[in-house]
Formats: sequence, C-alpha cells, structure tokens
Amino acid sequence: MRALLRVKRPGRLAAEAAALLIAVAVAFPLYWMVLSAFKPAGEIQSTDARPWTLAPSLDSFRRVFEQQDFGRYFLNSLLVAGTVVILSALVAFLAATAVTRFRFKFRTTLLIMFLVAQMVPVEALTIPLFFLMRDFGQLNTLGSLILPHLAFSLPFAIWMLRGFVKAVPEALEEAAYIDGASRTRFLWQILFPLVFPGLVATSVFSFITTWNDFLFAKSFIISDTSQSTLPMALLVFFKPDENDWGGIMAGSTVMTIPVLVFFVLVQRRLVSGLGGAVKD
Amino acid sequence: MTTHTSPLKATPPGAAGAGDGAPAARPPRRGRSASPRTHSGWTPWLYLLPALVLLAGLLVYPIYQLGLISFLEYTQAQVSGGEPTTFQGFGNYTTLFNDSQFWQVLLATVVFAAACVVSTLFVGCALAVLLTRVRALPRLALMMAALGAWATPAITGSTVWVFLFDPDFGPVNKVLGLGDFSWTYGRYSAFALVLLEVLWCSFPFVMVTVYAGIRAIPTEVLEAAALDGASQWRIWRTIMAPMLKPILIVVTIQSIIWDFKVFTQIYVMTNGGGIAGQNLVLNVYAYQKAFASSQYSLGSAIGVVMLVILLAVTLVYLRLVRRQGEEL
Repeated sequence: MRALLRVKRPGRLAAEAAALLIAVAVAFPLYWMVLSAFKPAGEIQSTDARPWTLAPSLDSFRRVFEQQDFGRYFLNSLLVAGTVVILSALVAFLAATAVTRFRFKFRTTLLIMFLVAQMVPVEALTIPLFFLMRDFGQLNTLGSLILPHLAFSLPFAIWMLRGFVKAVPEALEEAAYIDGASRTRFLWQILFPLVFPGLVATSVFSFITTWNDFLFAKSFIISDTSQSTLPMALLVFFKPDENDWGGIMAGSTVMTIPVLVFFVLVQRRLVSGLGGAVKD
Repeated sequence: MTTHTSPLKATPPGAAGAGDGAPAARPPRRGRSASPRTHSGWTPWLYLLPALVLLAGLLVYPIYQLGLISFLEYTQAQVSGGEPTTFQGFGNYTTLFNDSQFWQVLLATVVFAAACVVSTLFVGCALAVLLTRVRALPRLALMMAALGAWATPAITGSTVWVFLFDPDFGPVNKVLGLGDFSWTYGRYSAFALVLLEVLWCSFPFVMVTVYAGIRAIPTEVLEAAALDGASQWRIWRTIMAPMLKPILIVVTIQSIIWDFKVFTQIYVMTNGGGIAGQNLVLNVYAYQKAFASSQYSLGSAIGVVMLVILLAVTLVYLRLVRRQGEEL
C-alpha cells in the first residue's frame, strides 16, 4: 500500500480530488433527503430546488409522527429487526460451530445446501409463505415478518460465521476440555465471546435485510395497520394527485438513521469481517 | 486461499460428504478422551437442529408449495374455498410461455440485471483501486459516503432518487436543464433511473470487499510492478485481478443474484412496474400476477422460473469454486 502511495504527486492529487468528488456525489442523495425533510413546505414544493435552506422547520417530521402513527411503526420495525438479529445470531452460531468444529456425515452436503439456500429468490416464496402464514393464523402479526426473515438470514450468517469459528485455535478447545470444562461451557464461555466480533458483522446483514423489508410487510400485514412496519408507513405519503415530498423525505430520514448508526458503529468490524468471510 | 492443508481438501467433488463422515476418519487430535464426549456423534446435529428446523419449515417447505401451486388452478375462488383446486399439469406454464408479455419481461429482467451487474462491478472495482491510491482523509470520506449509500434502505433510497429526478421539484433536471422531462414516463429512462439507484446502493459492497482483497496482496508485488513502470490498468489486469479472482467471483455472483431479484426499487420508483407494465421485471411481475390479479398459480410458475434460473447460476458458481480446489 505504501508503495502505491509513492506514485507521482500530481497523479495522487488528481486521484484524491476524484475520490473527494465521488464521495460528495455519493453522499448527495442522503444530504438531499435530510435537507428536504427540514425544508419548510413552501420551499420543498418550489420549482427552484435550492441546495440549502435558511428556515429549517420540523413541520414535516411533526406531520409524519402525528398523522400516521409513525412511532408505532418504528417500534414494530425495531422489534422485528431486533428479534431477528438476536435469534439469528444464536442459531447461526450453533450451526456454524457444528459445521466447522465437527466432522460428520453429510457435512459437506449441508454446507453446499446452505450455499444454495442463499441463492433462493425469497421474493418468489411470498406466495406460499402467504398461505403458510394464513394457515397458522399468523397474517397481520409481527411473527409473520420475524419467522421468514429469521430463516432467510441463516444460510448467509452460517456461511459467514464459519470463518470466525474456524479462526479459534483448536488447541484452545483441547485445553479447555483438559481443564475439565464441559462442551456447553466451552461453547458459551470461551467460543462465543471469541466469535462475537464476527456475530456483529453478520448481524449487520440480517438487521438490514429485515429493517428494509418491503415485500413481506406489504404482503403479510394486510388489514391490521397497527402491525405495520416503516416501509408501509412511508408509502402513505405517496398520493395519486400530489406526493407529499416533505413527509416522504422526513419519513425516509427517520427510517434511514437507525441503519446508518448501526453501520457506523460496526463498520470496522464489517470490513474485516467481510474480508474474513470472503477469503476464509 | 489455496494454502489450506486440511485433510478434507483431498476429497474429490463427486464424493462430497461421503468420505469425511466415517468415525475412523475423525482426526485423533480432536481429543475425545480429554472430555466427556460419549454422544459426540449427535452433538453437531443438536447444534444444527434449530437452524435446520427453521430452514425446513420456512424455506424448503415453501419451495415445495411454490412448485405445487404452479401445477394447480389456484385463483381467488380456490383461496376462499369456493371451488376445489384442480391439477393443471403444465397448463400454467403453457399459458405463461405463450404470453408474449412474459418473454418481454424475462428479456427486460436479464438485460437490466446484466447492466446492473456490469456497472456495479466496474464502478466498485475502479473505486477500490482508487482507494488504494489516496491518503487517509479522502479514503475515509469515500468509505463513509459509500457506507451511507450501502446502509440506506432500498425503499428510502428509491424515494430519494425519485425525488432527485422529479420533473417539478428535483435538482437534477434543473442542473441538467431538462425542464419538466419525466424520467419515469419513458421505458428506458425509467430503467436507467432505477439502474442508477441500484448502482448507488450496491457498488459499496463490491468496493469494500475488493479493497479488503487488494490490501491482502503482498505490497512487494505491486511495488515491483510499479517500479517496472507498469500502468495502473496493467497492474490491475495482470496482478490484482488474477489474485483477486476468488473475491471477484464472490462479488460477481452476489451481484447477479441481488440484481436479478430487484423488487423494491422497481416497485417504488416506477409505481408497480411502470406505465402499462413497461418496467416490469420477473419479481414484480410474479407479485402483480399473484397479489394484484389473484392468479396465484401463474405467479408461482414465474417464481419457479426465477428459481431455476438462479439455481443454474449457483451451479456455475459451485463449479468455479470447486475448480479452484477450494475447501468447503
């Protein structure tokens, strides 16, 4: 890396200028979203789209939270994503331990199945899942969102955690057993804390797919809006005659911020975790 | 990647899972005598149980159901129990394959996904290389902006991009001087708009992953090439790309899978598939057939077609991975 930094000076300056310019361009949609959320109604519906505002207002946010029961949707989304993240991490940790620390029949077959399972277009399964949820009386409940997302997050999480579990030296396991630790004790008190960074990186993915889910929320929560999640609440502001852009942008901002915070908190682990999962 | 010395590596692809299961093959260093492992044969299955139960109930069974429904006559009448379900054989597939709209949607899906994959990979790799050539501050800025785009939920990304390109209130038309040109009106401009959004939210994964991969390449190699006067393009083509091949395969396949399944962006940005369905892709098409016109069996048949296509991609991927002799 240092070698590459030693390239000719004008070249590097041009590269840095390009990088900064691209960073601005990539960040611009997010800036515009937050800006529009704070713009007063008159400015947002004005034809000269100014990239700043001199009179920031909270009107759009107020409208979002008052009119649409947004707080409730927010909590629902948080509840669904949080449950999926925790359960998925535990279940995937156990499964990843099984496929990396043991040699048993069908192990390789299972691994291939986990890989293939990642490729299944879950959107195509909306139809059978809809009937499954109906038959179990789960339509219009948060459970109808938690269960499928939990299941669909597993193959990738197991695949990704494998690298982290593998990285824990086997000598450590032997030492623990020699010292008289039981298998359960080794699993939860030694292996689990060591693999935890990997669990965090993995949980980013399950959190995001669950938090972002639009299709299942739209298909399974059909009549009881008290069980709706954020994406559905956002669509309310799209009206056939005129979209309420202020409301849409304020709602989008509220929906994006938790994910952004989550991402920034774990970004370092994410990058190294991805490297680990990919290179393995 | 290729330096693994695990005993499993010798297992030929055809004998997957057959050779490594026998108790005798268990490496003795597992230290069975050191701990109470009387039932160790069952332990892995115990650990796997929750995952397998969930996957069986919510993935495998629905796939079976999907296939089943695609062979039945299943519309609103059958759902509400008014009429008995009847077996149709390949009737739904015949209907589907004789529908010119299906072929049009399939073609659009493939072309759109291909355009997304190519542009995502190109931009992601180019920016990953760019990241290696700049100092910490610009690198951090670009990394942070990319993570922001990556973290943005598909639905809010879609709403923001539609707003940016709004004919009346959006800044893009104003800056480009396009007046009240409506991006979502024409078929190709609408697809282009969705492509831009998909590119925006999916290049960061490629960039971050490839960047992590480049950092793992020994600096001496790159240093030597730079000293010999190799151009950046040549360094990429002859050194980085071959060394990054495993990572590139992963990001390519992931991109194909993601971009083939784009749903939210199309649904939100083109309002459910565009004017007269001009922007439909398979996923949205299946959804509209099933939930908007209650033709659940046709929707399921489309789902099966998608499943088969993605399965084919997966098999190609597995072959590529296996050919590299990678251990599972």
